[in-house]
Amino acid sequence: MITFEDVVKVYPGGATAVDHLSLELPTGKMTVLVGPSGCGKTTSLRMINRMVTPTSGRVLIDGRDVAGQDEALLRRGIGYVIQHAGLFPHRTVLDNVATVPLLLGETRRTARAKALELLERVGLSAGFAKRYPAQLSGGQQQRVGVARALAADPPIMLMDEPFSAVDPVVRAQLHAEFLRLQQDLGKTIAMVTHDIDEAIKLGDHVAVFRAGGHLAQFATPRDLLAHPADDFVADFVGRDRGLRSLSFDTASDLPVKPVDGLELDEAGRPLGWPGPDGLRETGGVFTKEDSLRVVTDLAIRSPVGIAVRVGPDGAADGLVSHHDIADYLASRRS
Amino acid sequence: MIQYLTNNADTIWLALQEHIVLALLPVLFGFVIAVPLGYLAVRYRWLYQPLINTFGVLYSIPSLALFVFLPVVLGTKVLSPVNIVVALTVYTVALLARTVADGLRSVDPVVVQAATAMGYRPLRRLTGVELPIALPVVLAGLRVATVSNISLVSVGALIGIGGLGQLFTRGFQLFYVEPILVGIILSVLLAGLADLAIVLVQRAVTPWTRAA
Amino acid sequence: MNFTYLLDPAHWEFGAAGGIPQLILSHLGYTVLALLIGAVIALPVGLYIGHTGRGSFLAINAGNAGRSLPTLGLLMLMVTLLGLGLLPVLIALTVLVVPPILTSAYAGMRSLDQRVIDAARGMGMRPWQVLTRVELPMALPVLFGGFRSAALQVVATATVAASVGLGGLGRLLIDGLAVNDYSRVLAGAIVVAVLAVLVDLFLASIQRWIVSPGLKGTS
Repeated sequence: MITFEDVVKVYPGGATAVDHLSLELPTGKMTVLVGPSGCGKTTSLRMINRMVTPTSGRVLIDGRDVAGQDEALLRRGIGYVIQHAGLFPHRTVLDNVATVPLLLGETRRTARAKALELLERVGLSAGFAKRYPAQLSGGQQQRVGVARALAADPPIMLMDEPFSAVDPVVRAQLHAEFLRLQQDLGKTIAMVTHDIDEAIKLGDHVAVFRAGGHLAQFATPRDLLAHPADDFVADFVGRDRGLRSLSFDTASDLPVKPVDGLELDEAGRPLGWPGPDGLRETGGVFTKEDSLRVVTDLAIRSPVGIAVRVGPDGAADGLVSHHDIADYLASRRS
Repeated sequence: MIQYLTNNADTIWLALQEHIVLALLPVLFGFVIAVPLGYLAVRYRWLYQPLINTFGVLYSIPSLALFVFLPVVLGTKVLSPVNIVVALTVYTVALLARTVADGLRSVDPVVVQAATAMGYRPLRRLTGVELPIALPVVLAGLRVATVSNISLVSVGALIGIGGLGQLFTRGFQLFYVEPILVGIILSVLLAGLADLAIVLVQRAVTPWTRAA
Repeated sequence: MNFTYLLDPAHWEFGAAGGIPQLILSHLGYTVLALLIGAVIALPVGLYIGHTGRGSFLAINAGNAGRSLPTLGLLMLMVTLLGLGLLPVLIALTVLVVPPILTSAYAGMRSLDQRVIDAARGMGMRPWQVLTRVELPMALPVLFGGFRSAALQVVATATVAASVGLGGLGRLLIDGLAVNDYSRVLAGAIVVAVLAVLVDLFLASIQRWIVSPGLKGTS
């Protein structure tokens, strides 16, 4: 657990970067610090590994004040990933990843073996090991950055805008891989981003900061969308937060109507809706595990305004129209 | 030193004047020759590397060797100031042509494309867009060339013409420190003034570089 | 003007006083000593200023200030003050090489990607490790560029040592001039220019050897 106790950071010149921050980042979870630029989120993150020293207040890791600990040793036990990865241009990919194990006194051989393993873990083949950072794409560099931070298997990871320098397609890919990785590893992660969508997608908890270093709200993504603490948070989260909050509920409780009017094959799988010019495609199907957001989207895109649910065997087992979804949401609210 | 200065004011004044002419004429000639050369090295990419290499070799010829040598090549008299001017012009071109080329290459291609798209012809684009943007780099090179020219002129004293350098050889022959000190101080002051003048010109003609 | 002096085997006899090989050796001797002393003085200062940012004014202006000092005048002043010998030559040539090395060491440190240094500290490198394992290797291309131009300058300028009666390839120029033997002057000019090119090629190959391939294209 990472604890901020009434932390203040005032820079020389008088600018307040962090204003009386108290916050707890739970162990094994990912907490995302999000806010506009100049809100103190990066400063807060960098206080955890003592890259920034608080003006007053304490930062504790599992109850131990970081201020009393040897800087370098503390940092070797905390993974650190930054925007553009910050890879060493003069070292091969393999030696970049082996950096911290080597600092910790492991032999070159074991450090490199570990590094090779980690490269595979982040989806880079052994062929990349001997390359230099300049020979990689932005997305590949960012993967190496993550592998380098994981190399000494630290319980804590700090990530400062780790995915913001790559294009949206690669970013979505990295998000998916990272979520999978975190599911396996269960690290305590603090991540900074200015992108609220990224925060909601990746975070177990989200801390929203506002300019001047104030913590505006600390909540799960779901609570953040459902109950923003004030106008600033509501505005920051965005106008379509109602629609987006549907991402957190599955369709398991959504009532469906019996299949009717849909053309099916012998196995009961949907073929399409009959129309004057032949069959029209359904535009996709959903299962009980899909989110309400997916169902709503399917109903809107469907040529007849109806989304089709299928069972594990792919056979259609129910229909939902937009009206049904609206009724369901209304009934949930009451 | 004061006494030396007052007793030899005329000699020193003449040496200083000679020094200024011998150092600054080559800067002028060198600049005029270097700009088109630098432009050609950018316009025809294959020219860049051979030009850089040639200038690199020219630059590594000792000034003394060049001073001594030019009369034989040019047919001038050994004691002719033309030798010094030509030699220093060679160094200036060697240094500036590269700076001009690097300066032009540093111009953002997007800006050049925008100018072309607005209908600039190549020559107008060079004088109206590319050269002004490259100017800070070019002027930085001009500062280097001017300052090193001023200090190199004195080597000419070894062959009998060298402005303030003559104070060095005289002091050395007579084992007398004052003329050498006066020569060094005047030479450094002159270089400092010339450098300052270029900096001031640069400030005046490139106001956009001060924006940040 | 002809190549008779340069091509005469008698002038290439090894070990003969005043022979070309012996002049090359003394020339290289001045050059290497001046570069070593200059590097010992300029490197720590330039690296320190570049690392801390304190005294940037000095580093930025050292280059032009150094260039404005006339080496011939400095050499003659030193000889007049200290008497004839190796010391005055070394002082004059060292003053010549300090500015470019200092300026490039400073520029090399200043040009570093601060994010990479941030990452190095964040991973738990101690300040000394950050300097030796990250900052220095990354600054090397720029730093080496300054060292090479200092070497070129000192090879060309070491010829003035002959003007105060010392050795080096300047002897061919000064003595040739004194007796109107232009063949000898030509030999001196060619040998110095070739020596400068060879020294630069030598340094370039060292640079290729010690600069990481990952930094290619950044210098």
